[in-house]
Amino acid sequence: MEALVASAVGVLTAAGIFLILRRRTFPVILGLSLITYAVNVFLFATGRLALNAPAVLNKYEEVPYTDPLPQALVLTAIVISFGMTAVIVMIALSAYLSSKDDHIDMTAQDCVDAPGEDA
Amino acid sequence: MNHWIVAPIVLPAILAPFIIMVLRYHLDLQRIFSVAGVVALLGIALTITAQASGGDIQVYELGDWPAPFGIVMVLDRMSAMMVLLTALLALPIVLYAIGSGWDQRGNHFHALFHFQLMGVCGAFLTGDAFNLFVFFEVLLIASYGLMTHGGGSVRLKAGVQYVAYNLLGSTLFLFALGTLYGVTGTLNMADIAVRVAELPPEDTALLRVGAVLLLLVFCIKAAVLPLHFWLPASYANAPLPVAALFAIMTKVGAYSILRMYTLAFGPEVEATQGLVGDWLQPAAILTLAVGAIGILGAHHIARMVAFCAIASMGTLLIAISLFTPEATAAALYYIFHSTLATALLFLVADLVMERRGGAITPKPPMPQSGLVAALFFVGAIAIAGMPPLSGFVGKLLVLDAARDASNANAVWFVILVGSFVTIVGLARAGSLIFWKSHDVEYAGEDAPEEEETDERSAPEPQPGLAFTAVFGAVAGLILLTLFAGPALEYTSKTAEQLFTPERYISAVLGGEE
Repeated sequence: MEALVASAVGVLTAAGIFLILRRRTFPVILGLSLITYAVNVFLFATGRLALNAPAVLNKYEEVPYTDPLPQALVLTAIVISFGMTAVIVMIALSAYLSSKDDHIDMTAQDCVDAPGEDA
Repeated sequence: MNHWIVAPIVLPAILAPFIIMVLRYHLDLQRIFSVAGVVALLGIALTITAQASGGDIQVYELGDWPAPFGIVMVLDRMSAMMVLLTALLALPIVLYAIGSGWDQRGNHFHALFHFQLMGVCGAFLTGDAFNLFVFFEVLLIASYGLMTHGGGSVRLKAGVQYVAYNLLGSTLFLFALGTLYGVTGTLNMADIAVRVAELPPEDTALLRVGAVLLLLVFCIKAAVLPLHFWLPASYANAPLPVAALFAIMTKVGAYSILRMYTLAFGPEVEATQGLVGDWLQPAAILTLAVGAIGILGAHHIARMVAFCAIASMGTLLIAISLFTPEATAAALYYIFHSTLATALLFLVADLVMERRGGAITPKPPMPQSGLVAALFFVGAIAIAGMPPLSGFVGKLLVLDAARDASNANAVWFVILVGSFVTIVGLARAGSLIFWKSHDVEYAGEDAPEEEETDERSAPEPQPGLAFTAVFGAVAGLILLTLFAGPALEYTSKTAEQLFTPERYISAVLGGEE
C-alpha cells in the first residue's frame, strides 16, 4: 500500500508540475489543483498509513489507532486550497475577459503599466 | 497568561469583518475605523514591545492547551519588534491610501488591509509551524485582494501570476511541514527543536529534506534570487500603496528564516549544519547583484522600486546568512530600515505615477514637482545607503559584522559595488524624471500624453494627507537614524536571545512558571 500511495503522490505531482509549466491559465490552474491533491495525500500519509484504525485513542484497551493530527491538517489544507483555487479562477477569468487573452506570461508592453504611456 | 500577546491578531480579526459587514457603504466611517484600528494596533505593539524588552519570553496558550499539544503564541524580543514594525508601517500607508483616494478605487480596501495586518502579526507571533502556514495563508489571501484592488487588465494578469506562484509556494510549504511532521511527530517549533537535537544522525536524511524545502518556501516569500521572479511584476503592477505594505511581506520570509534556522535547525545542530548558510549566502549575494542591475535597467519607476526591494532583501539575507549574533543584530536593524525605506519609495513612486505616469523618460513638469523630487531624493538616499540616513548605518553594521566571515571579500565587494550601482540607477531615474522635464516642455509630441496624465490625476481628494503620510515615513527613517544607538542595543539583545534557543524552548515547553 505504501508503494501505491507514494506513486500516487509522485504521479499527481509530476502531472501537476507539467501542467503548471503550460502557457495558458487553464492548464496552470488544473496543475495547481493536481499538486494540491498530491500534497493532501502526502500530508495524510505523514501520520503513517494504518488500515481500519480509528483516529481516537481507546481508554480501555490497547487497540491500533491512526494519528488524528494529519487528518486535521489535511482538512485545513483542503479548505485553503479549494478556496484559493476558486479565487485564482475568478481572477484569471476577469483577466481573460478584460484582456481577451489567457496567456499566463506577460509581454514587455504589459509590464510598463500606466495607461497613459507609450510602451 | 498575558492577554496582550494575542491582541495584535484579535484586533484586526474583529475589525476587518466589522468593516465589511457593518460599514460597507460608508467610506468615511471605514476610514475612521481603519485609522483608529491601526493607531490602536500601534499602541498594542508598543505595549508588547515594552513587555518583551525586559528579556522574558512569554507564551500564550490558545484554549489553555499545554504547549506541544495546543497552539502557542510566543512573544520574544524579535516578534515584538516585528509587530511594532508592522504597525509603524501600516499607519503612513493607510493615511496615504486615504489621502490619494486609492481606497475608493475598488471595494473593501480597508477590510483587506486589516486582514493582511492580522496575517502578518500572526506570522510574527506564532510558535507553531502549521499555524505559521495558516497565518501565511491569511496574509496571502488578503494580499490577493489588495494586489488586484482597482482592477485593470494588466493588474489582473499580474494578479494571476502572483496567485499561481504563491499557491505553489503554499503547496511546497505543506510538503515541507508534512516531511517535518513525519520525521519529528510534532509541529510546535520548540518541540521540533528538541526532537531534532535528539534524532540519531543516521536518521536525518528526511529531516534535511524537510529543512531545505522549508528554506525554499521562505526564500520564495523573501524573493531570494532563483525564486524572485514573482516580485517585480506583482509589486510594480499592484496599487503602489499596497506594494508599500507588501514591503513587510518579504520580511515575513526573512523573519521565518531567522526564527526556524536559529531555533530548530540552528548553527550547532549537527543534522543540518552548514546546510542553510552555505546555500543562502551565495543566493543572497546574487539577489543583491540582480536587484542592483534591475534598478539600473528599469524603464518604469514602479519596477525600479521593486528591484530596490529585491536589492535590500539581498543585503538583509547576506547578513542573516552569516548566522552570528553580531550579523543578526545588524540584520534586524536593517529589516527596520529597509521596510520603511522601500515603503517610502513606493509611496513616492505613486506620487510620481499619479502626476506624470511611471515611465523613466523626460516628460513635461508635473504639479508639486519640487516637493516630490525632494521626497524621491530622501527615499533614494535611504535605500541606497548614503550617509545621513539609516541605510548607511545599516549597511555599515552589515559590513562590520561580515568582517570575520570566511568570504568577507565577496560580501564587501558585492555590497559596496551593489550600492554604487544602486546610486547610479536612482540618480539616472531621478534626473530623467525630475530634471529633464523642463527640456521637453514645448516638444509637440508630448501634448497628448499631457492630457492623459491630467485625466489620471483628476481623483486627488486630499494630497495634503498623502504628503503628510509620506513625511511620516521620512520621519520614521530619521528617528531610526537618530536613535540608532538604542535601536542597535535592542537588536543586539534580540540576537543574543535568538542564539540561546534553550530559553525559548524552556519557556514554551517548561509549563507554567
